Amino acid sequence: MENIAGHKPALTWVTRICVLVLVILWLVPTVGLFVSSFRDRDDISASPWWQAPFPTEQTSAARISGEPALVDDVYVLTGNLKDGEEGIGKITAFGVSRSDPTGIVAGEETELRGGGTLVVNADGSYEMRTPEEPSDKGQRVYFAAEVPPEFTTDNYERVLYSNGMAQAFINTFTVTIPATVIPILIAAFAAYALAWMQFPGRGLLIAGVVGLLVVPLQLALVPLLRLHNDIGIGQSFVGIWLAHTGFGLPLAIYLLRNYMVGLPKDIIEGAKVDGATDFQIFTRIVLPLSFPALASFAIFQFLWTWNDLLVAKVFLPSDSGSWVMTRKIADDLLGSRGGDWGILATAAFVSIAVPIAVFFLMQRYLVRGLLAGSVK
Amino acid sequence: MGPLMQGVLTILIGVFGCIGYFYASNIVLDRVIFPPRHDDAGRNINRANAVRPWLFLFPALFALTLYLVYPVVGSFIRSMYDRTGDTFIGFQNYQNLAGDPEFRSAVFNNLLWVLVVPAAATFLGLVIAQLTDRLKWGGIAKSLIFMPMAISFVGASLIWKFVYANDASIGMLNAVRLFFGADGPIDPLQVPFWNNFFLMVILVWIQTGFAMVILSAALRGIPEETIEAAILDGANPFQIFFKIQVPQIMGTILVVWTTITILVLKVFDIVYTMTGGNFGTQILPSYMMEYMFRDDGRATAVALVIMVLVLPVMIWNIRQARKEMR
Repeated sequence: MENIAGHKPALTWVTRICVLVLVILWLVPTVGLFVSSFRDRDDISASPWWQAPFPTEQTSAARISGEPALVDDVYVLTGNLKDGEEGIGKITAFGVSRSDPTGIVAGEETELRGGGTLVVNADGSYEMRTPEEPSDKGQRVYFAAEVPPEFTTDNYERVLYSNGMAQAFINTFTVTIPATVIPILIAAFAAYALAWMQFPGRGLLIAGVVGLLVVPLQLALVPLLRLHNDIGIGQSFVGIWLAHTGFGLPLAIYLLRNYMVGLPKDIIEGAKVDGATDFQIFTRIVLPLSFPALASFAIFQFLWTWNDLLVAKVFLPSDSGSWVMTRKIADDLLGSRGGDWGILATAAFVSIAVPIAVFFLMQRYLVRGLLAGSVK
Repeated sequence: MGPLMQGVLTILIGVFGCIGYFYASNIVLDRVIFPPRHDDAGRNINRANAVRPWLFLFPALFALTLYLVYPVVGSFIRSMYDRTGDTFIGFQNYQNLAGDPEFRSAVFNNLLWVLVVPAAATFLGLVIAQLTDRLKWGGIAKSLIFMPMAISFVGASLIWKFVYANDASIGMLNAVRLFFGADGPIDPLQVPFWNNFFLMVILVWIQTGFAMVILSAALRGIPEETIEAAILDGANPFQIFFKIQVPQIMGTILVVWTTITILVLKVFDIVYTMTGGNFGTQILPSYMMEYMFRDDGRATAVALVIMVLVLPVMIWNIRQARKEMR
């Protein structure tokens, strides 16, 4: 491949730019969410997130008053506009009339209507000179100031401590971990039987598993919920663990069998000749060797159960105390707080942070699992 | 007992219960039922070995039957009953569906999804796989495009809710429109017909990474000689791509395509979170959720319709799997 690229440098550059554009396109929506989650609710609707890292210009008003000093028959009043005001950066312009609040560039002098002059500098310091003593009311000054970009973690505090999101986070964990661990063992034993044991009907069972891979979950919801109600599980965490276990099994068995079939025949048959039982072969040889496949499935199942909304909606109780994060966002935050973009962005980011961390740490296994599951 | 403790307990029960079951059942089989003693030692060993696979398979088969096979039958039976579940009404639920304009629009929209999403995701995935193949930083690029796979449909919907926001200072789409001189902001999710495509973009955004990863592996698996021969014959990069590489990975492309098609028929989260099925964006899975808990008869009927749509892919998959085993 190198030689094609080497011959046509123009094409290489086109390729590079195309990939760069695609990556940016793919990344930008997530970055937007991330940036928004650190912004105040008012900031979010005041300026777009892509301008958030840059200072914005804001016009405000102040009153100049105080004890003037008498110098050479002129009353001089000095001070700083920034005193007592927080979050104001460089002052760019100022003015004294409402109709033209930012007409004078900072640092230049302007005539006051009642006589006298005023100058406001970029750092906020001002000097007003008047021939007569200024009134107690003070002189009104308008000024445009740069407001430095402001980021805050308030949203996170609000989402985690006062919005029930912490509970939803714990619930998601509670659903996910058993639902990931339990199917692995069950599937591993079955996969071993389908890969290395001879018995009539094996091919049929494998075909059956392949068929079950694509059965739509929707079909299972109503009958299973009734079954759970009949045997007394009802809508509960036990119910959702069982459901996720059942729904995850076809993929688990399929992935693990495909992997186990590829293990070297010599080792397993050698162990059999040495008198090892199937149980020993499985626990001592096959299971440790299958670690990559086990890890792949574990990641899949973890991502799938963490991200699931459908199963959680049906098999968990509908009270807000047992909501998982996806449900909390979809049914509560989006509905009642449709306008609070800061909370929405933060809640979404809290819910996707864990899977994204898992994704980047375990990407190798994820890719391997995908390949084993599809290209065959 | 809090659910968290319950969870820990369940893991322990699940894991040790499993190991205990397999261990104990094997011992019982070897020592008690078919002990290799006396005259029929040899026969007993053979008998035990004939039973053993089923010991290994039993928990999985039991769970699969209960959680996936039984529901197919159960759903079919339930769809024959009315809302209360007491009165048998035959195919009335299906007839009601056929007469419901919302159902028909859901079928139409779902067909659009099935046509557009797998095609777009597979095409983009293929193009990106090929483009990144020659780059030094291709790995990082692929990893970033692959990332949305880890994000939930709900999370992804929220991410795109920001992009589509009906406000030029929040929504990028409206900001871009404004930049090119549009009058005012629009709500992309309420533009008739085209809002379906705005929703599809979200799923394409998620699934392109999946297609890319698999197709990229397939492209690497192509024998170098075929490409070298084409270069020697003076083929340009486009010819190599379309006439040499793509035909060789056609099988994989098909697998990716069908996998995404199946997914499209099942995903309800995006429509549910973005529009709730309003503004003419209803699809079958979200239509079903509308009736879930309210009219189980109708909900199961919709589920059966989805199943029928999935069936051809299922049969094709099984055929492929059997072919490989031979």
